[in-house]
Amino acid sequence: MTFQPSPLQLERDAYRRRQTILSVAVAAVSTLVVGILLYAAVTGAPGWDRFRASFLSAEAARDSLPAVLRGLWLNVQLLVVCAIAAVLLGLGIATLRTIRPAVFFPLRALAAGYTYTFRGLPLIVTLYLFAFGVPGLRLSGTPSVLVLGGIAIVLTYGGYIAEVFRAGIESVHPSQRAAARSLGLTYRQTMRHVVLPQAVRRVAPPLLNDLVAMQKDVGLISLAGPIDAIRAAQIETAGSYNYTPYVVAGILFVLLAIPVVAVTDWVTLRAARRQSGDNRL
Amino acid sequence: MTVLSISGVHKLFNGNPVLRGVSLDVDEHEVVALIGASGSGKSTLLRCVNLLEQVDDGTIHLDGRDITDPRADPDQVRRRIGIVFQAFNLFPHLSVLDNVTLAPLRVHRMPKAQARAKALALLERVGLADKAAAYPDRLSGGQQQRVAIVRALVNDPRLLLLDEVTSALDPELVGEVLALIRDLKGDGVTMILATHEMSFARQVADRVCFLDGGLIVEQGPPEQVFGAPREPRTRQFLQRITDAGRL
Repeated sequence: MTFQPSPLQLERDAYRRRQTILSVAVAAVSTLVVGILLYAAVTGAPGWDRFRASFLSAEAARDSLPAVLRGLWLNVQLLVVCAIAAVLLGLGIATLRTIRPAVFFPLRALAAGYTYTFRGLPLIVTLYLFAFGVPGLRLSGTPSVLVLGGIAIVLTYGGYIAEVFRAGIESVHPSQRAAARSLGLTYRQTMRHVVLPQAVRRVAPPLLNDLVAMQKDVGLISLAGPIDAIRAAQIETAGSYNYTPYVVAGILFVLLAIPVVAVTDWVTLRAARRQSGDNRL
Repeated sequence: MTVLSISGVHKLFNGNPVLRGVSLDVDEHEVVALIGASGSGKSTLLRCVNLLEQVDDGTIHLDGRDITDPRADPDQVRRRIGIVFQAFNLFPHLSVLDNVTLAPLRVHRMPKAQARAKALALLERVGLADKAAAYPDRLSGGQQQRVAIVRALVNDPRLLLLDEVTSALDPELVGEVLALIRDLKGDGVTMILATHEMSFARQVADRVCFLDGGLIVEQGPPEQVFGAPREPRTRQFLQRITDAGRL
């Protein structure tokens, strides 16, 4: 025999359905009203026509798109390399910072000093020091400005990512270490097979968030000279006195971020679901 | 033959003495039960034997070798002693089979097929072969604790330490874990168990030690310690347990 809801339950279900329809309607109407007001305020502004001509010119956008896209390819390559390097650096620094034995005090102190310095130092300052300061030393074999700028980005983000990993490592309960060591696993084996796998899973959402932030900050490499999307937009702008290329670059960066943000949201949601069955509350 | 010899062990936490000169010898195939109130030092003594805590004085010999010597390699010692915790402490990111084979593969360098076969045979024996691929959070407390016991047994430990292994279990799940421990006694596994299950200690232990204030106050065969305790403190403790309906 199949389950037959009681009249009481049917009445509750009908009430919940009515409430849902009402909520959606209220949300839709209020969104529409806000949208119309914003549109009226912006397009009714005294300088709207001039703004549209210098920032939203379809012609300028078409002309600058190939150059900006070529520049964006550099950003993408730089992002992939820097992201991998920063995650590895962060993992290494976090591991050093959580080593317990007293003999490793100098390494621990060095790792702590690194995270304090590069999280505090503005990225622009780090970038200038590496891209312009290091070549100024006139050492033989100095890499290109692009590589030096990449190093500055990796060092800055490595500091943040190290702290994310450290939080993850310290969130693994000491009883897990005790269980692993009691089986005869060494300190290294315990980290490798028991602590780090659990830590990395827990910090995946904040880690991906740092990667999203990093993705737009690779655009700062333009300050050092390499022709990335931002630099390409600047060159286009300098030729036409039209700022639309910057808007084009901006839109491309947002489009580039969408997949990463979507993955972040999905991972966060999945982690939340795993921990609690009911996510309506 | 003496497997473990504890002699005059002291342990302090932040200056507070928890163990104040404990001495205990355990023979091969012997099952020793540690009883006593919470905070009497039962768990600390087990953690000292497994070198999860460093003793502050005294010695512990395993098969005649001093394992409290700072020159002894603690990893080597722990390989020969199994411990099962009150809260199971299974690794949540590994399946039941991977939990059990982690030490054989990484510590004892056993070939993968052999480690798997051995783990599955033991899981079969405790009735959990069908759970080999499951993750610990899908198992009941009693099942998790049986996996934890298998994880310790798979390394063929010289000595098995059981730290209040039924204290975190629902009453109806306690029986399955105690039945397994009774089986292990039948196999001749040398065990020290800290427990609040007095009737179980009485049935399974060859010797019962009553700890109070960081000392073994009284020890002897279960019939004597439970039936005719000599020390007033033992009698008081057993009276409280009886009043609570646990004996």
